[in-house]
Amino acid sequence: MQPPTDTLAPPDLNFDSEVGDSASTVENPTVGIDQSVGDFTYDVKYAFDAGSGLNEGVIRYISDVKKEASWILDFRLKAYQTFLEKPMPTHWATKDLENIDFNKIRYYLSQGQKPKRTWDEVPDDIKRTFERLGIPEQERKFLAGVEAQFDSEAAYSNVKDIVAKQGVIFCNSTEALREHPEIFRKWFGKVIPTGDNKFSALNSAVFSGGSFIYVPKGVKVAMPLQAYFRINAENFGQFERTLIIADEGAEVTYMEGCTAPKFSTSTLHSAVVELVALKGAKIQYITVQNWAPNVFNLVTKRAIAMEDAEVKWIDCNIGSRLTMKYPGVILKGKRARGEVISIALANDGQHQDTGAKMIHAADDTTSVIVAKSISVGQGRSTYRGVVHIPKHLKGCKNNTECDALLINTNSRTDTYPAIVVRGDTHAVQHEASVSKVSEDMIFYMQQRGLTEAQAMSLAVNGFVNDLVRQFPMEYSVELKRLIDLEMEGSVG
Amino acid sequence: MPTLEIRDLFVALAATPDKPIVKGLNLTIRTGEVHAIMGPNGTGKSTLSKAIAGHPDYVITSGDVLLGGKSILEMEADERARAGLFLAFQYPSEIPGVSIANFLRAAVQARLAEGEEIDATAYYKRLYSKMDLLKIDRKFTSRSVNEGFSGGEKKRCEILQMAMLEPTFSLMDETDSGLDIDALRIVAEGVNLMRGEKLGVLLITHYQRLLDYIVPDFVHVMYDGRIVKSGDKTLALELEAKGYDWVKQELALSASAAVATA
Ligand SMILES: Nc1ncnc2c1ncn2[C@@H]1O[C@H](COP(=O)(O)OP(=O)(O)OP(=O)(O)O)[C@@H](O)[C@H]1O
Ligand SMILES: [Mg+2]
Repeated sequence: MQPPTDTLAPPDLNFDSEVGDSASTVENPTVGIDQSVGDFTYDVKYAFDAGSGLNEGVIRYISDVKKEASWILDFRLKAYQTFLEKPMPTHWATKDLENIDFNKIRYYLSQGQKPKRTWDEVPDDIKRTFERLGIPEQERKFLAGVEAQFDSEAAYSNVKDIVAKQGVIFCNSTEALREHPEIFRKWFGKVIPTGDNKFSALNSAVFSGGSFIYVPKGVKVAMPLQAYFRINAENFGQFERTLIIADEGAEVTYMEGCTAPKFSTSTLHSAVVELVALKGAKIQYITVQNWAPNVFNLVTKRAIAMEDAEVKWIDCNIGSRLTMKYPGVILKGKRARGEVISIALANDGQHQDTGAKMIHAADDTTSVIVAKSISVGQGRSTYRGVVHIPKHLKGCKNNTECDALLINTNSRTDTYPAIVVRGDTHAVQHEASVSKVSEDMIFYMQQRGLTEAQAMSLAVNGFVNDLVRQFPMEYSVELKRLIDLEMEGSVG
Repeated sequence: MPTLEIRDLFVALAATPDKPIVKGLNLTIRTGEVHAIMGPNGTGKSTLSKAIAGHPDYVITSGDVLLGGKSILEMEADERARAGLFLAFQYPSEIPGVSIANFLRAAVQARLAEGEEIDATAYYKRLYSKMDLLKIDRKFTSRSVNEGFSGGEKKRCEILQMAMLEPTFSLMDETDSGLDIDALRIVAEGVNLMRGEKLGVLLITHYQRLLDYIVPDFVHVMYDGRIVKSGDKTLALELEAKGYDWVKQELALSASAAVATA
């Protein structure tokens, strides 16, 4: 392992220099979406509750409950200062961000449970929650190999025997930093520095939960590791922290699925996910999320890929009031390869502001971005991308494809691709398209007996089909079900 | 025996309801019968078929359409379809990313009772046998519906869908146009196999040639939004020989006769 430099991210990694839509007014009320998935909550007694609002006391409290080493507390306190100093990125992003009231958010909740070893030890109410989430019976058994987060702590964490035997470490952030600092500290907060943006700073101050994974040299994890995240308490911000390190030649796939209960007031979800693919390693990170329509989902995801390493983000965003997420890959080593496959569905009252960042920092590196967005009704999709290839490099390639599908005339879609390529030995390709689901197409399908909602759902599924094929089976089924539910709700 | 009854039907574009395209059309089709409609371009044949199927572009300003004695005008397009009405489109839509197999599967599933699941093996067996019958390459099952299909392939795909969905009444809008000679014969054979006591057909065509293969029980001439002449299969031959001017002249004659007797 080579020691990481302090700041891996070049300064232009943010969209600060771009012209955004700050001038446009915000009309993004959370309206009329009957979202039956995740619309439930159970009475859970919280053993630890930091109250609402944020100050140093809350941070000390969190750190104390977690019995953290002092360097972590220092890290948190510094991050809190950075959070306070950083402005809201409303000069390029939506003004809707101003509607987040940081004083009304609860920053830490936990049932105070130790991660469970076996399924039998998992409390019944949590099992019921999984049931309502529609995790199939089979998969529930398969949960033996699952890290499932319930609120901010892992309610259930059991690395399946095979994985453990391979030397894989798979646990939550608290446990990882306490038990394996020699492995995780080196990279923690290095791919995404605290000050990357206001929300990465917030996460760095109050993070809890999430998954930390280390895959040793040459180990190929055959089954995907997965975690389900959800928000269970009103006004409760979830700030999970994930760090995955694949050592040289290692391979791992991680799957993250989210559903959240529906609440009347805004909920903030702000995760930080860092991936480290060392020489020749392969990491695939898959997200299918379906947030309730009142959730602000402001997530920073970035990977670093060393020589001959490959990182692939498959990111699917459904639901939420506002999602801002631009998974990135810093292509640090020669011949490294980064890929972002992104699907975003913005229904009425929702804004999906998504994209990708590809930072080429070595010769012969390749990046691929395929982003597909669907805007329904008043829903709004924005694509923002950064592709950065500096002058001194040779033989870099980028391929960017953004396709937007509009369902009904009110839908809005914008693209802000920023492709900065200097030097003349690079191959860069950019394609964008906007298409509409026409009335004739819907009628054609209805004439074959499908309801309007089924027809729209099929059209949307068709639009994303080539990307969905890259998902593992159970996720593509889940995604199809989520699209069906969204389309049902959108037909008047 | 079920009937499809079109009673004094007036159809206009939803945008211009005061300008009828179909103007008082009457026609009753029983299962077991094949009716052919011929008529000049722009006379309202496609409008008629789409309005019956419930296309949102069109409004029925007066008259009625009854399926098995019940008006279907209050039904959504998909309800009409599930009630047994099929439209083979003159210009079929493309559905990017949705394979024929998945599309038809969804359509078949939509006809099952709630909670009933399609038997996948039986479904594919049936799909393949129909494809073989229509000489459609099995590779087509994985192609997106109509996307990049040639004109003739689209038409064959319409007939495949009809064969799979087994409607009670099928409105076939110029299914013959775009087909090469062999394809025309194959499609006609396919329709003839489906022909019988359980199916009524309305065949819209410009060419007598199709009617050599699918021999109609009745032939109607549509002109200016109405049926102006009806007869048996010989009417089509007569039309082919004399053209529409002959019909127009007859119309003019009967109109002036009407004025004379008035
Ligand atoms: N959606 C529409 N928008 C505008 N005009 C329409 C529309 N549908 C039908 N029309 C008009 O109505 C008239 C009848 O059209 P229709 O397509 O029904 O004719 P047709 O008899 O099927 O002709 P063809 O033999 O050429 O297929 C034409 O003048 C056509 O331009
Ligand atoms: Mg026509």
